[in-house]
Amino acid sequence: MMIDMLQQLLQGFFGPVYPLVWTVLKIVLIIVPLLLGVAYLTFWERKVIGWMQVRIGPNRVGPWGLIQPIADGVKLMMKEIVIPTGSDKGVFLIAPMFAFAPALAAWAVIPFNDTLVLANVNASLLYIMAITSIGVYGIILSGWASNSKYAFLGGMRSAAQMISYEVAMGLALVVVLMVSNSLNLGDIVKSQGQGMFAARGLGFLSWNWLPLLPMFAVYLISIVAETNRAPFDMAEGESEIVGFHVEYSGMAFAVFFLAEYANMILVSSLTALLFLGGWLSPVGFLPDSMFWLFAKITAVLFFFLWIRATFPRYRYDQIMRLGWKVFIPLCLIWLVVVGCWMMSPWNIWK
Amino acid sequence: MTLAEMQFVLPNLSPASAEIFLLTMACVIMMVDLFVKEKTRALTFALTQITLVGTAAVTVLTSAGLLSIVIAVLLGPDASADLTPRIVEVFGIRTGEEITYTFSSMYVADLMGSVLKLTLYFTVFVVMLYSRSYVLDRPQMAKAEFYTLSLFATLGMMVMISANHFLTIYIGLELLSLSLYAMVALNRDSVTATEAAMKYFVLGALASGLLLYGMSMIYGATGTLEITGVAERLYMGQANKTILIFGLVFLVSGIAFKLGVVPFHMWIPDVYHGAPTAVTLFIASAPKLAAFAIVIRMLVNGLIVMAQDWQMMLIILSVLSMAIGNLAAIAQTNLKRMLAYSAISHMGFMLLGLVTGVVGGDARFALNAYSSSMFYVITYALTSVGTFGMILLLARAGFESDELDDFKGLNKRSPWFAAVMMMMMFSMAGVPFFVGFFAKFSVLQAVVAAGYLWLALAAVFFSLIGAFYYLRIVKLMYFDPPKDMTPIQAPFDMKLLMSANGLAVALLGIFPQALMSICAYSLLRSL
Amino acid sequence: MEFKTFVFYFLSAILVFASLRVVTSRNPVHAALYLVLAFFTASGVWMLLQAEFLAISLVLIYVGAVMVLFLFVVMMLDINIDRLREGFWSYLPLGSIIALLMVAEMALVLGGSYFDLFENAVPQTGIAESNVQAIGRLMFTEYVYPFELASVILLVGIVAAVALTQREKRKTKAVSPSRQVFVKAKDRVRVLQMPSEPRD
Repeated sequence: MMIDMLQQLLQGFFGPVYPLVWTVLKIVLIIVPLLLGVAYLTFWERKVIGWMQVRIGPNRVGPWGLIQPIADGVKLMMKEIVIPTGSDKGVFLIAPMFAFAPALAAWAVIPFNDTLVLANVNASLLYIMAITSIGVYGIILSGWASNSKYAFLGGMRSAAQMISYEVAMGLALVVVLMVSNSLNLGDIVKSQGQGMFAARGLGFLSWNWLPLLPMFAVYLISIVAETNRAPFDMAEGESEIVGFHVEYSGMAFAVFFLAEYANMILVSSLTALLFLGGWLSPVGFLPDSMFWLFAKITAVLFFFLWIRATFPRYRYDQIMRLGWKVFIPLCLIWLVVVGCWMMSPWNIWK
Repeated sequence: MTLAEMQFVLPNLSPASAEIFLLTMACVIMMVDLFVKEKTRALTFALTQITLVGTAAVTVLTSAGLLSIVIAVLLGPDASADLTPRIVEVFGIRTGEEITYTFSSMYVADLMGSVLKLTLYFTVFVVMLYSRSYVLDRPQMAKAEFYTLSLFATLGMMVMISANHFLTIYIGLELLSLSLYAMVALNRDSVTATEAAMKYFVLGALASGLLLYGMSMIYGATGTLEITGVAERLYMGQANKTILIFGLVFLVSGIAFKLGVVPFHMWIPDVYHGAPTAVTLFIASAPKLAAFAIVIRMLVNGLIVMAQDWQMMLIILSVLSMAIGNLAAIAQTNLKRMLAYSAISHMGFMLLGLVTGVVGGDARFALNAYSSSMFYVITYALTSVGTFGMILLLARAGFESDELDDFKGLNKRSPWFAAVMMMMMFSMAGVPFFVGFFAKFSVLQAVVAAGYLWLALAAVFFSLIGAFYYLRIVKLMYFDPPKDMTPIQAPFDMKLLMSANGLAVALLGIFPQALMSICAYSLLRSL
Repeated sequence: MEFKTFVFYFLSAILVFASLRVVTSRNPVHAALYLVLAFFTASGVWMLLQAEFLAISLVLIYVGAVMVLFLFVVMMLDINIDRLREGFWSYLPLGSIIALLMVAEMALVLGGSYFDLFENAVPQTGIAESNVQAIGRLMFTEYVYPFELASVILLVGIVAAVALTQREKRKTKAVSPSRQVFVKAKDRVRVLQMPSEPRD
């Protein structure tokens, strides 16, 4: 009701340019909470890791330390952006945007419930895979443009890691789209709401995570590697190596930082949509709602923080071994298994 | 539409069972080889040869026409008439004597294809056997990839031979070319081989590009890529002529590149010379059969309406090839390089048969002309295998034996193999009563019958020039003192096969009739 | 001018500009980046033709994978740009003459019948199915033969790449963590019982 009234009001006010304004408004409605989410994700991360290590975490700025991310942001904005001598200035400055923009652009096709989505594209999953694959440019270009051997090596390493895990991740997604018979994220979620368990009110057992458990595991680990997070954070690796953004400072560095957290939120929401039933309610007696989606995203994000606080960092060759020699063969085999399963009389995805 | 609602109709796989068998075996061989520990890869080699024999068996047993020919050759025509129907019944061969299409008309099974394929397996089989000891002496090449890539290349050629769609032709060609690029570069420590592979790759990619441009324009003009469909549209006159000619130019250039005829021949000498001899042997023999097949498929089956246009182009290519190939071959001191130029001239000669199919809109001579070309290309493959095989026979670890001087006084070292080499050279030169003579003769007769007297005269003239450098090798072998007296170290089976190869060249020269009628009959059944 | 036409010309202009910069750019990395831009705009043009599957695949495969590896190589090569460009100006006149000739020939041959090309418009399928489904269906029914053969070509590519690059096993010094974990103290340390020696 309210939305309709607002729409009419705006339509009257803007006339012919109304569709444009309405779209911009919708984009703003997605981006602003997202950026807030990014800011408070950093805060929450420090808190959670603090608790896990029996510390308190940030608690000085504002009540319970809640203003901390704002303070961090202001600090980074005040700092000078140092551009190294001999660097490729244009590319150096474009690189952070290359990293950040895909993380935002991908949100265009993420559905929040069965009607609420900015652009209901048929091949939205494909779109997401294409858009997120661009993020690697930010890393490789920043490494090169810095004109520093350390940054270059770090960039190469992260880029190789991301490309390797993209393959495993893509194959895991192929299995998902096989069983849901669609590339549309909304349809993928809807297809998880039916099945033997869903009919008996135990919806959470019908979601993709259970029948596709190996793929869920592969996907969950791959997204950690994709976002360059601990224990696969070769990009930062504070203690032993230096990453692609050593030469960045101030706001330019902050954009990389934002990109990392925005990517985390993005892949968490994808996990929620693809494997955890999106906005579907886990049990029959509760209604489906957008809040389930947010709860699931939060849970996956917590998983990110949890393993960061728990696991020691992998060595680089171990990361690559895991990706190429374990995940990709596993995915390929599971692809065939699911294919046979779907053709057999025991097909549960009809 | 959901998955359940879609209706999948399985295509008729039986005509393509030879391809399926070969592909499966190639994959199996790759897997098996992972567990082979020994350096000589005897098991891999044996499996490769078994695969080729098996593929031949499958091909024969899926084509009733080929089956009757094979039985007729082995046991005589009476036995064929008697046995064929019975075997056809036992194996339930569905593809009869007529042309069969499958995979939505992308694949065609006809008698010409079957005959060419059978020749192809035979050639590859012989090539593998000749290469065996050469490969063993060179540790870089003694890898399973040599065998599996050969099989993949063979698959590519089979796809080309039975393609009825421009897309399949292109894909088969790429499968063949990619395997060959890698095989040329397989001897990684050799700088010349790497350079040859690079040149081959770059020029090959260019040629593929030309071919694709041509195909896309023909698609633009006719609205289909299926060869029979193109022929139909052209026959109905529903095509844009200018675009069609433009496409034809690109198409012919692409084919010329792959055949290696002037002015698209630059890669041939370098690749033949630089590649390891075993690979040169492969490149110089089997792909010519496939190239002939795609010329027939694209130009004759598809664009016969445009015959006037492409025949003119082919005449130019052919005359130039014969001229430049034969003249440049004289100046060579390296046998592989000389044979490369000779290959250029031979391909030019082979094209002569194709340019005389249609005279003034009259296709009366087509069968005669095309079958003479087919005979030429088959016998050329046979002779070419023999000549390069001879280089392999004389080569040993650390010694390539590819200079002309290495053949000096071969008669003193081994009179028998000098005689075999002499037969090969006589056949290549077109000395009467060797098979090369009849090949040239039948092509020339087709040219004269079509009324191109000047063309026949030019061909004879260039052949005479060509005879010089072939006979020079005979002179070197018989009248010059040998440089070293090392006895020939080659395995027994290779010597045996080489002798058989030489005798085949001689015997086919005395009795060419059987092979000629097979060519004519298979084309009659296929066009 | 329709909005769609405007978008088309806008994208085409970017595409032409990016393609030109690919060949004229002095820095190979910049050239590669312009190529990325060219792919991106090309995908936009395809999107206009409603071939969304092709458009997205172009970005996914060429921009997301191929060009990244390409950049890897270009960045690691130590290309002396000035030496590469030495002959540029001396070859330019001849090259441009040939290019102009080719353009003129093409225009002459195609020009007369240029507009006929558009007589048969983009075929519209009657069935309301998405791009992806249509391509998938065709690939596994009508075009299954070339599709499978294309996979064989990729296989040959893999085999060839491995055959050409693999040498004898290198002696790596990597440790296997799974075996490392199971090491016991007595595997590494030997405790000896030695009688103390009297001091002289």
